[in-house]
Amino acid sequence: MIDLLQNYWLYFLLGQYPEGPLGGLTLTILLSVSALLLASPVGLLLGLARVSQHRALRWPVTALIFVVRGSPLLMVIFWAYFFLPSVTGQQTDQFPTMLIALAIFNGAYLAEIVRAGIQALPRGQMESARALGLSYTTAMRRVILPQALRNSLPSLVNQLVTTIKETSLGYIIGLAEVSFIASQINIQVLTMPVQVYGVLALTYFVLCFGLSRIAYALERRLARRPISSGAPV
Amino acid sequence: MSELPIVEFRAVNKWYGRYHALVDVSETVQRGEVVVVCGPSGSGKSTFIRTINRLEPIDSGTILLDGRDIHRAVSDVDEFRSGIGFVFQQFNLFPHLNVLDNCMLAPMSVRKLGAAEAKDRVMTLLDRVGLAHKATAFPAELSGGQQQRVAIARALAMEPPLILFDEPTSALDPEMVGEVLTVIRDLAHRGMTLICVTHEMGFAREVADRILFMDHGAVLERATPSEFFRQPAHPRARQFLADIRSPFAPAMR
Amino acid sequence: MMELDFSVVLSAEFRSWLIGGLVLSLQLTFITLLLALPLGIAVALMRLSSLAALRWLGFAFVEGIRNIPLLVHMLFWYFGATALLPEAARAWLYEHNAESVCAVIALTFYTAAYMAEDVRSGIRTIPATQTEAARALGLGAAETWRRIVLPQALRASVPPLVSQTVSLWKNTSIATVIGAAELMYQAQRVETASFRGVETFAVATLAYLSVSLIITALSIAYQRRYPVRPA
Repeated sequence: MIDLLQNYWLYFLLGQYPEGPLGGLTLTILLSVSALLLASPVGLLLGLARVSQHRALRWPVTALIFVVRGSPLLMVIFWAYFFLPSVTGQQTDQFPTMLIALAIFNGAYLAEIVRAGIQALPRGQMESARALGLSYTTAMRRVILPQALRNSLPSLVNQLVTTIKETSLGYIIGLAEVSFIASQINIQVLTMPVQVYGVLALTYFVLCFGLSRIAYALERRLARRPISSGAPV
Repeated sequence: MSELPIVEFRAVNKWYGRYHALVDVSETVQRGEVVVVCGPSGSGKSTFIRTINRLEPIDSGTILLDGRDIHRAVSDVDEFRSGIGFVFQQFNLFPHLNVLDNCMLAPMSVRKLGAAEAKDRVMTLLDRVGLAHKATAFPAELSGGQQQRVAIARALAMEPPLILFDEPTSALDPEMVGEVLTVIRDLAHRGMTLICVTHEMGFAREVADRILFMDHGAVLERATPSEFFRQPAHPRARQFLADIRSPFAPAMR
Repeated sequence: MMELDFSVVLSAEFRSWLIGGLVLSLQLTFITLLLALPLGIAVALMRLSSLAALRWLGFAFVEGIRNIPLLVHMLFWYFGATALLPEAARAWLYEHNAESVCAVIALTFYTAAYMAEDVRSGIRTIPATQTEAARALGLGAAETWRRIVLPQALRASVPPLVSQTVSLWKNTSIATVIGAAELMYQAQRVETASFRGVETFAVATLAYLSVSLIITALSIAYQRRYPVRPA
């Protein structure tokens, strides 16, 4: 077991870098963070469209979110795999494919989180902002969204945890993230599958459990300083 | 001197589904008037005042503000609203902003005032409502009465010619009602045009120029306070005042 | 825009592959559901037990499983756990659909961990006053659980459990990595053989969406028949 760790820890962490593209745990973390960063504006825009007054905006977006959330992530990845080359005109690498697929998939989930956050605010907030003469956009930007997004912060951290787990599906299209690397190690070593996959499981656990504890602490802190809007209803 | 009324209702009707909320309402309010609207629950008084700045749409008739139809406007609703102050029953302060920012947001964003000028204006108003020392506090740190006074300052910061009050003291504990009514009375004495929906009859008697009594969506009586409280003409108005003066009488019969 | 030709994908041979895959996906879902739900309820009860050891065990189960991706669960059971079996058992397993068996095991543990949390939150919505009232009437602890709290809690848990079932249905697609011949696997197979990627995956996507819709529709009907009546 010690030999296993000693021989392969660098490969596990970095993949083939520097003799090849970046891989392993570093790639997993890089992919997760990038995907969530990309998914956030997507989720925000889709969420705003979901609460919009204009039907022409609301209906197509609702349909899109329904289809994306109703499909397995693996399906979305395959769609990206097959569609992206025809859109970009060239064969797309695994990393951009996963990135786009994860951005769209998580964007759809974030859209629902944003929508729920906005609709949880009392109606009086938007009413008083509009009564002052603020435009819809300004009211959203300065009054509604700051409150809605602050309340959604724990959900965002949980979404990062989910994204980290989702990157494991890059295995299926041959992306050298940490699960794929672990399998490569297993193929080379052959006699220690339990140890190899055990270490892989432990790695995910430490990363994800740690982050979810942070989300939990955030939620507790937010609950202690409640945002109370005006008189008790 | 004949002047355009600041608010004019012409045969306004509104339905919520099958419920007739406003029935053929025609009223005018002149500049500088203080009008109190009263009536039993469900009489339509909140609906009446909320249609003035189009928080509620209407189904027929016209509402004119300084001669302009607010319900027909498409692109300048915001401009209309910035000229009308509105104070809500639930205060509706923005909890993520402190008192100063709450009041400065609209003047800076809508009227494009500079930060220094806005702050000057707001601090003067906060002083007027007695809360200058709370300028950097957050709404959650204030009592109900204090929050409502900030809400009034926030509305005044836009320097509107007209202010609407939708039951401004109904959500307050009794001991805080007085401090808010004092502020509103001060506005009346400064000559502002006020339309106030309220249950506070003592306040109405003292401050109002005119009282509108509403029931079931219609304005049943318009009178000066002395006429209204001494000898109301409409039987339902009489009933309303009797119920207010001796609330337990029906239970004793 | 390339021409779409669904007839190729829906031809007899490919159609039978896809239908076979759909059937296996449904079987995986159904069997997992039968196993995961009782396990989830048991773990939820463990987490609410008065014994600290049981509570910790339940917590470890839920957190340990939920923080590891389903893909890794599948790889572990299929490549790791099978290596620990004695030779004879392993041979028998490979004769009898090792892929599906390992997929069900991985899916059961994974789904049970999430269902345990849904049941636990359902139990927590039942106010303590219900327990107080039952005990005040003289009902014992076990009976209070069985007759008063649990029936209400389970009914309250139905919406999140249904959503979890839809997730389970979608998660069966991950069994493809260990070679289970479910819908996603078959879709890849058809795509490779027919070169009709868009059509194949459109049909498969439609299948996934339809079953998700049916599950949700059934649950709405169920909730109308057995509504949650809050205390």
